[in-house]
Amino acid sequence: MRARARSVGRRAMLSGAGLALALVVLAPYVVMVCTALKPDGELRITPPRLTPIEWQPGNFRVVLGDPGFRAWLKASLIVALTSTLIVLLVGAPAAYYTARHRFRGRSAFLVLLLVTQMFSPTALVVGLYRQFFELGLVDTYAALILTNAAFNLAFAVWILRAFFAAIPREIEEAAAVDGCGRLRALVEIVLPLSVPALVTAAIFAFIAAWNEYIVALTLMTDPARKPLTVGITSYVTAYIQHWNYLFAASVIAIVPVVVLFAVIERHLVGGLTAGSVR
Amino acid sequence: MVVYPVIALVRASLSRYSITGLYQGSVGAANYARLVEQEAFVPVVANTVMWVASIVAVTVFVSLGIAQLLNEDFAGRRLVRWALIVPWAASVIMTSKLFVWLYDYYFGLLNHLLTSAGLIAAPIDWLGNDATVMGAMVAVGIFVSVPFTTYVVLAGLAAIPGEMYEAARVDGASAWRAYRSVTLPLLRPALLVAVVLNVIYVFNSFPIVWTLNDRNPGFAHDTMITYMYKVAFKSSLRDVGLAAALGVVNVLLILIAVLVYLRTVSWREADG
Repeated sequence: MRARARSVGRRAMLSGAGLALALVVLAPYVVMVCTALKPDGELRITPPRLTPIEWQPGNFRVVLGDPGFRAWLKASLIVALTSTLIVLLVGAPAAYYTARHRFRGRSAFLVLLLVTQMFSPTALVVGLYRQFFELGLVDTYAALILTNAAFNLAFAVWILRAFFAAIPREIEEAAAVDGCGRLRALVEIVLPLSVPALVTAAIFAFIAAWNEYIVALTLMTDPARKPLTVGITSYVTAYIQHWNYLFAASVIAIVPVVVLFAVIERHLVGGLTAGSVR
Repeated sequence: MVVYPVIALVRASLSRYSITGLYQGSVGAANYARLVEQEAFVPVVANTVMWVASIVAVTVFVSLGIAQLLNEDFAGRRLVRWALIVPWAASVIMTSKLFVWLYDYYFGLLNHLLTSAGLIAAPIDWLGNDATVMGAMVAVGIFVSVPFTTYVVLAGLAAIPGEMYEAARVDGASAWRAYRSVTLPLLRPALLVAVVLNVIYVFNSFPIVWTLNDRNPGFAHDTMITYMYKVAFKSSLRDVGLAAALGVVNVLLILIAVLVYLRTVSWREADG
């Protein structure tokens, strides 16, 4: 009886600690949302307030109607969606092949994948700039799409490979006996079984491209082609300080990816640390 | 697509370019020699060591505690896990802008909170003061690194069989003793992965220093990554060759970290 009472007390304490932690983590983003809802005149008052005196949800309408914001949103969507598509189209067959076949240089290929995974575009940004400068692709969506697809491919292959390897070969062999070709087996049997892994890989690639900053900052000078991460910073410059619009735009950019992230929460670590932690 | 930029980088590090980016011929290793001679080079390296070491150390320590908490079963655990996702999923540049606003001298809530609570007598110019700007940036670095690290530690905790704890309890070990002699040793692989990956990610981190250090002239608070970027694209130098030389140095440092990582996870051929 006493042990049970203690365990109830312990769990209440854990809940309290959890709640406190959630508050600390979310507090900055609460400020973000509250600031996004303030009218211009309330941004610079002392002492500063957390909540707006006059709530102004219209800021979101202003941002959504801003042609600049629409262009950045369009650029982000084009770059993130196209690069994700490329990652899946290239990554799924590559992952399937390495999961099912042993070939010369297979380990080298896998190590190379892991290494590229570690090389963020950040370290290579000067090289990337030279490359796209020489190719005449500065200020094009193509440059951003190619960069994001290339650097997010490794992780997708990594996740998918582990998943494909776990699908019993017997299923495909049974299909082969029934006269089903290799490609058909992949499309009709393996891929439907792999939907969770494909979704995870796709969401990862999408979020990484959606949040990419340094390459876009370097390559995109035309304001109409900048993605959200680069574009929205122009709401706050040395001359104008629309922190409310900056944060309204940020909220619009952040909410969808947080929801997507929550969808794949269970798979978050699996891919990267596969084989070491598990 | 990943290899080509490496080649372009190495080639650029051996060349000279005009301010507009036109190739002006090869200079051999001169860029590397000039790099080491730069007045900013030593402070920038020191900043980088400070930046990486403090963020990774505090992040791993904090994440150990949070993961332990999230490994328990309590009401609202899912909510806490979701909360933890937000700084991870959110674009780091947007989070950095948010912190610029929170740290603001006049209108930032941090100064207001601390002065109201009596913790500081007068507002502090967190991002404009040489003494506080690195600490302020490191805090943001920790904030965005903790979620990932916590999840790695959680995965490590999930891999520890429950019987281990029962055995410890049967032997009469206290909770702290069990943690020290059962949990921590078995977490070693997960912790090594967390440390090495964080070293790589934090070293490569660009948006935080880029944004929070924006107001300060010169390179006094830059890391090797932001210094490289400024040399290549922003400062009056616009010296692509010099920046590329630093880029090669950065890539080599990361490569060393990757090799350490591969050794740590004792690379093994997964059967397929």
